Amino acid sequence: MSHRILILAEHSQNQLSVGTAKCVACAAGIPDAEITVVVCAADAGAVAAQAASLKDVSKVLTIEHPAHAHALGALIAPQIAALAGSYTHVLGPSSTFGKDVMPRIAAMLETSQISDIMAVESATRFRRPIYAGNALLTVEIAAGAKMVGTVRTASYQPAPGGGSATVEKVTSNVALPTHTRFVSVSAAKNDRPDLQTAAKVVSGGRALGSAEGFKILYQLADKIGAAVGASRAAVDAGYAPNELQVGQTGKIIAPELYMAIGISGAIQHLTGIKDARTIVAINKDSEAPIFEVADIGLVGDLFQVVPEIEKLLAV
Amino acid sequence: MQRILVGIKRVVDYNVRIRVKPDGTGVITDGVKMSVNPFDEIALEEALRIKERGGAEEVVVATVGPADCQQQLRTCLAMGADRALHVQTDARIESLTAARLLLKLVEREQPFLVLMGKQAIDNDNGQTGQMLAALWNRPQATFASKLQIDGQRAQVTREVDAGLETIEIDLPGVVTVDLRLNEPRYVKLPDIMKAKKKPLETIELATLGVEAQQQLQPVRFEPPAQRQKGIKVKDAAELVAALKQKGLL
Repeated sequence: MSHRILILAEHSQNQLSVGTAKCVACAAGIPDAEITVVVCAADAGAVAAQAASLKDVSKVLTIEHPAHAHALGALIAPQIAALAGSYTHVLGPSSTFGKDVMPRIAAMLETSQISDIMAVESATRFRRPIYAGNALLTVEIAAGAKMVGTVRTASYQPAPGGGSATVEKVTSNVALPTHTRFVSVSAAKNDRPDLQTAAKVVSGGRALGSAEGFKILYQLADKIGAAVGASRAAVDAGYAPNELQVGQTGKIIAPELYMAIGISGAIQHLTGIKDARTIVAINKDSEAPIFEVADIGLVGDLFQVVPEIEKLLAV
Repeated sequence: MQRILVGIKRVVDYNVRIRVKPDGTGVITDGVKMSVNPFDEIALEEALRIKERGGAEEVVVATVGPADCQQQLRTCLAMGADRALHVQTDARIESLTAARLLLKLVEREQPFLVLMGKQAIDNDNGQTGQMLAALWNRPQATFASKLQIDGQRAQVTREVDAGLETIEIDLPGVVTVDLRLNEPRYVKLPDIMKAKKKPLETIELATLGVEAQQQLQPVRFEPPAQRQKGIKVKDAAELVAALKQKGLL
């Protein structure tokens, strides 16, 4: 029996997210998977084409409506629930988009959800982190139940290109609720790599002392082409904006290089970086828990060390 | 009456270092400190502030779980909630069941707003609020870092991956809260004494007409893989050299 998997695309109206390609990679691990990607957008053309080019995707469905110019869970969920009937699995990324909309879809389908899938053991058996990653749980969904899940994107590489799926328009007659309206979004615009997908991340904690103090991290990040991250303590203190937060309740990332600077390493922070290839810790306190997970540790004053690193890279 | 319902969960305290049972059947919770889920505490704090501003007349807290949950409900009453509802059960409760039970309480209490944490820090599911909103067929605003109520509407600022998003929802609706919405108050001793006299109603799960369905079966719990022990370097030059050697700089 083949498994029919529906993946809800995350996108910025013109760009499909890397997280969606990672959902495809996760879905491809389900035996006999037949993968469909659905794009809800005001104008789905560009995003649908990108989804159709992913390896292992056999079909792309588009649902177009002006109201989908901004992704609102309350509007998307009924569309996807109406479409989900003939699918065995419905997946979305474990981003704030997917975390918002997927449980709403699951409830509309009267099914439980498996959040943050990090490994597929079979079509009904999945592994996921609980307790901020301090335990891993393998969970089995009842036979015959529709499976709805979010994919922990840090656990997967994006599906490669090379596919050529067909694109089909879906005419939806689902009434869109009017009780939820988009007002605005504020996002810092910069030329740095995206924190979620960057190969290198320079991240700062409370020890930076101020938003001003964070500037030395931005300088180092720009020198090595890294994204900037922050601990919860640094974001709470107002040194860095919320979208930079790394950890259990922020972003879960898996860069090649993670430089934790002035971060003590609370368990909730470590859960966000445990898949990083190489972790560097720079901290004044030699007893800081970050050193227990660091591949390379340096005990020292970050305000001396960071400018020194920068200088060494200049020559 | 203008009422806010706050969903709370009893969880292992966030400072406890979690250990998996050697036989892989769960995590060790015997003798471990239990607390109100920290996100739910923020939800309750917000409800109390809305009431103190005159935006609500009553704050009701509700939870689902075994008898011990009453300790956490008493904490919430000491914080300032007016009443507590305890749906009592020893069964394992999936998020969808929790949402169905909360819906029953919503139908009974008719709140104009339901608040709860964006996730519980034990299972990290992050589902119940959205599921309740879906079953109730009402709006949801997740990951709230700012909440403004204006008559029949609410403006909610949400912490999303891109930054901060603001949406407007019609009430009643469900708002799940993020860390930076507020800082919960400390409970004072006289309030703990007063809380003992506040109403706490126990409702047997079976009387609500909801089945504790077990659609997801835990198969195995295991500790995460440990990282290999790293090296220490003594200065910036050694660090840069080590990173260059790994091809990272």
